[in-house]
Amino acid sequence: MKKFINDPYDVVDEMVEGFLDVHSQYVRKLEPVRTLVRKDAPVPDKVGIVTGGGSGHKPAFIGFIGEGMLDAVAVGEIFTSPPPLACFEAAKAVDSGKGVLFLLGNYAGDVMNFQMAADMAKAEGIAVEQVISTDDVGSAPKEKAANRRGVVGSFLGWKIAGAKAAAGGSLEECKAAVEKLNNNTRTLGVALSPCTVPAKGTPTFTLADDEMEYAVGHHGEPGTAKIKMMSADDIAEKMTMEVLEDLPFEAGQEVAVLINGLGGTPHIELYICYRKVKKIMDKQGLKIGRSYVGEFFTGLEMAGFSVTLTRLDDELKALLAASANTPYYKL
Amino acid sequence: MNESLLPDQIHRAIDYICDAIEQEKDYLSELDGAIGDGDHGVNMAKCFREVKKKLPESQGKDTEGILKDVGMVVLNSVGGAMGALYGTFFLKLAQASSGKKAIQLNDLVEMFQTAEQGILDIGKAKVGDKTLVDTLSPAVRSLEDSRDKGLSLSEALTALETAAKMGMESTKDMIAKIGRASRLGERTIGHQDAGATSCYLILSAMARGLKVT
Repeated sequence: MKKFINDPYDVVDEMVEGFLDVHSQYVRKLEPVRTLVRKDAPVPDKVGIVTGGGSGHKPAFIGFIGEGMLDAVAVGEIFTSPPPLACFEAAKAVDSGKGVLFLLGNYAGDVMNFQMAADMAKAEGIAVEQVISTDDVGSAPKEKAANRRGVVGSFLGWKIAGAKAAAGGSLEECKAAVEKLNNNTRTLGVALSPCTVPAKGTPTFTLADDEMEYAVGHHGEPGTAKIKMMSADDIAEKMTMEVLEDLPFEAGQEVAVLINGLGGTPHIELYICYRKVKKIMDKQGLKIGRSYVGEFFTGLEMAGFSVTLTRLDDELKALLAASANTPYYKL
Repeated sequence: MNESLLPDQIHRAIDYICDAIEQEKDYLSELDGAIGDGDHGVNMAKCFREVKKKLPESQGKDTEGILKDVGMVVLNSVGGAMGALYGTFFLKLAQASSGKKAIQLNDLVEMFQTAEQGILDIGKAKVGDKTLVDTLSPAVRSLEDSRDKGLSLSEALTALETAAKMGMESTKDMIAKIGRASRLGERTIGHQDAGATSCYLILSAMARGLKVT
């Protein structure tokens, strides 16, 4: 393992220390828990948008704390969900009396820890609702869609929730908007190389020089198959067609396209893949209402990318277009 | 050994657990690496190092106080599914030991039943899903059995260790039905579950620690 770290056990604390110093105009840290909140939290008369999860996904989650997106993030160890107290303190710090929305990915640890935090918050009289994202098509078949992992579609969920809350939406309205986003969002990922969790020191899977890990998870969970290397156009097409099949995307519909780098893939390659996805959208008669290319939700240094498609309606489109001001996303 | 357990023995048993996890952390990560993300040993070690560090503060407390301290540290130090599950385990043991000065086999059965129920409620796993429940549930059944048969506390703890070991080993042939490994389906056959293994380490170290008088 070659990484610029000190003691592997201190990786997350040391990262947070640096992050806070650089982005202090946006965020502050609660004590003693490892929870970062908007500097001006709680924002009066606004639903608090809280998320959290394991570290190792930069810029997610903490890079999106700020106006129009997240109010608080409970920060876990690398690829490990944060403990209940960190999530509960997040809720407490951002509740203005209008309630708190927990947004989490569908992972056993996140679900359990946020559930315990929700129970603690409710016991203190804080209204809490949650939405669990499940956009990863590759992680379970369609019949078991509720078992799917939540991946980079979560980023769009944070944008939707944050915009709805900033516009004065109620807790129920914010929840409904994110649920709609989740129901209309599908993602599929592929990797060219694995990632290495610092405290473990060895890669999450192995690949031959001419192989890709297909339907990989963003923690380097092995995918459904190891397949032979393909050109950008071929793999982008294979993934896009699989995503399209999972939802009825019908000609004339408007979609958001998100090409997410998994940590070790240059933007050059991401734009090449986007270009192919755009061609497929044109051919299918789908109109691209909003597009994203870059790193939004990575898996440490994993090389690879994912394709996300979201069916848009007027509400989702307007919420995605609303202003945001965070360390890693400004609009 | 005496037929009841005193707070000092509980305190020592926790110390045994910390040492067992520290010793086996690489083994746990290796098991987890086969069908999970490979960080189980590291996270367990980090968690129980924290427990060990705070353990002197629990010295002199009653059984409930000691177990509650441990539960809070486990729950809130590292996070992850294991933090929630094992945190709940110790907190429920604490809850069911409330007001008891000397723990008898009957009390121990009640404590473990409460802990098991807490884990089932939060984790939603069943026996056969290839999780720590496959270690814990047979261990609790064995304790009940020992009580019904009128075995001594020491015999019951030995039986518990054996039942937990068999439970852990039974996960080798199972297909993971819940948690991160479940996405791999049949690829999980042949691998012993890391959570079932850490649960065995906890239960066996606890049993050994409690037997020392």
